[in-house]
Amino acid sequence: MVMAKVEVGAAPSLNVAERADGRSASQLRPLSLSRGLLTRAHGSATWSQENTTVLAAVYGPKPAAMKKENAERAIIEVVWRAKSGLSGSYEKDAEVVVRRSLEYIILTALHPNTAISVILQVINDDGSLLACAMNAACAALVDAGIPLNGLLSAVSCGVTHDGQVFLDPTKPEEQKCKAYVSFVFPSRRLSAVPELPADVDGEPVEYGILTSVTRGAMEVEEYFSCVENCRAAAAKVSEFSRSSIEQSLKGNRDGC
Amino acid sequence: MTITGGIAEADAASATMEVEAYKRLYPLQFYERHLDSDVRPDGRPLTRARPTSVNLGSIATADGSALVKIGNTTMLAGVKLEVITPSTASPNQGQVAVDFQMPSICSPLVRPGRPAEAAWVVSEQLSNALVSSNFVNLQQLCIVPGKAAWIAYVDVYCLDADGSLLDAALLAAVAALTHLQLPAVKVTETGRVVPLKNHNGDAGQEVDSIAKKNEDQIVKSRQRLERSSMPIALTCVSHRKHLLADPSAEEESILQMSLTVIMDTSGRLISFYKPGGAVAATSATVKDCIELTKKRVAEVNSIFEEAYEEACGTEMMVE
Repeated sequence: MVMAKVEVGAAPSLNVAERADGRSASQLRPLSLSRGLLTRAHGSATWSQENTTVLAAVYGPKPAAMKKENAERAIIEVVWRAKSGLSGSYEKDAEVVVRRSLEYIILTALHPNTAISVILQVINDDGSLLACAMNAACAALVDAGIPLNGLLSAVSCGVTHDGQVFLDPTKPEEQKCKAYVSFVFPSRRLSAVPELPADVDGEPVEYGILTSVTRGAMEVEEYFSCVENCRAAAAKVSEFSRSSIEQSLKGNRDGC
Repeated sequence: MTITGGIAEADAASATMEVEAYKRLYPLQFYERHLDSDVRPDGRPLTRARPTSVNLGSIATADGSALVKIGNTTMLAGVKLEVITPSTASPNQGQVAVDFQMPSICSPLVRPGRPAEAAWVVSEQLSNALVSSNFVNLQQLCIVPGKAAWIAYVDVYCLDADGSLLDAALLAAVAALTHLQLPAVKVTETGRVVPLKNHNGDAGQEVDSIAKKNEDQIVKSRQRLERSSMPIALTCVSHRKHLLADPSAEEESILQMSLTVIMDTSGRLISFYKPGGAVAATSATVKDCIELTKKRVAEVNSIFEEAYEEACGTEMMVE
């Protein structure tokens, strides 16, 4: 049973110019990523955007359950564990969104008849949870060495009652704003893969919206403004995760 | 039809094979050849939705109900009212609880037992759409502030799952809520909510007479929910440069990228739901989908108004 509750009444207005944590509208919270925290998992990562933290673990490719097995490709399972309580429709929906987004980057045809499980444990939710989980899942896949055709970068943004767009809302901001949106974009590909087209319909690949999940009602123009803002921020997120991976790979080499 | 697209093997096979066999062996090529000639296997142009019908008041025992068909996809929605004590956080509001069920009768993919994955997704998106659009004025569901309020249980059953489930489920839920009538009740001195007798619509007179007799007794007359702008969904699937509106289950399974846009009758965007997929949507695709949804909202709204007029128009005059 899903309870749909709506708060009606004068919503406290949100001033983008004076955010509680002193950020500007187009500023993300400090990102942090650490990988390889779990010893038994094939790959793991925590991704935090200040107080929002998600731990992701990846197992596989491993034998798939008989009825799910696919002879042509690996299947992907995603388990979303809430911070507390049983999983309801929000968690199930998030699992589907994450799984279908990851299917875009995982080269599933390389491991037929197997399963790749991604387990997401929410450590703390202070807004922009879906984006944080998506980034954590992507980093854990890299850590596990699963063959990917690229990276993903996820960003979310909110829309205030007077139509202003601000990035990376915290939990109180999500509750106060009119609507908020989570996006996933494919990251820009650095290595030139000859068989992949660089542009789709005259747009670079990283401009394509892979995933979009919205809460709350907004005008169509506001949605497009969200797309623009998040697209710009996604480039920064992608840069951050790429440099973080490069650093740790360098660290590994030095250690050997 | 001229042969275009498809792999060489499929092309060679198509010259000798029967249509049914070709469709089974090369489903994607089968679709691509249709799409290249701007037609779908069921004869629709690419951007046309299937015939849609709305029937209000299909369940006599529910307080509000609707049966919606979009092509073969069939959804039955019923609303049941119960009296609750409102929460202290919002003492002058009632509640709406949405539940979506996919019994195993609706599709070969659904097995009895645990709810199917699709059921969770539709359930979550359905309640998100109702919450985001503020379709129900929750203050109207209040009977006595802080003491009693209505909770509306909206149950949507999928009877036949042939694609675009969210579109049909949302239309059914919204139609059932529009058809819903809050019954005439009085609140006794002890705080109990008692229904007033209702013989062919003479409850209105009874309400008046009680109100005259006993001024301090709280009486609520029978009423429908206020009509506000209605959220309407359109699912689109895209394949290469083609964009198809309102896909059937077969189209959804073969063409991998699907997204659902929900807009309301006043032009607001309620939801843009694209859960990953094999292809990322370009700006042009996003714009096209929103345009298609705008058209669809107008189309469904007129179908709905007709059904509403038919079911509730005469009733209103009697009252």
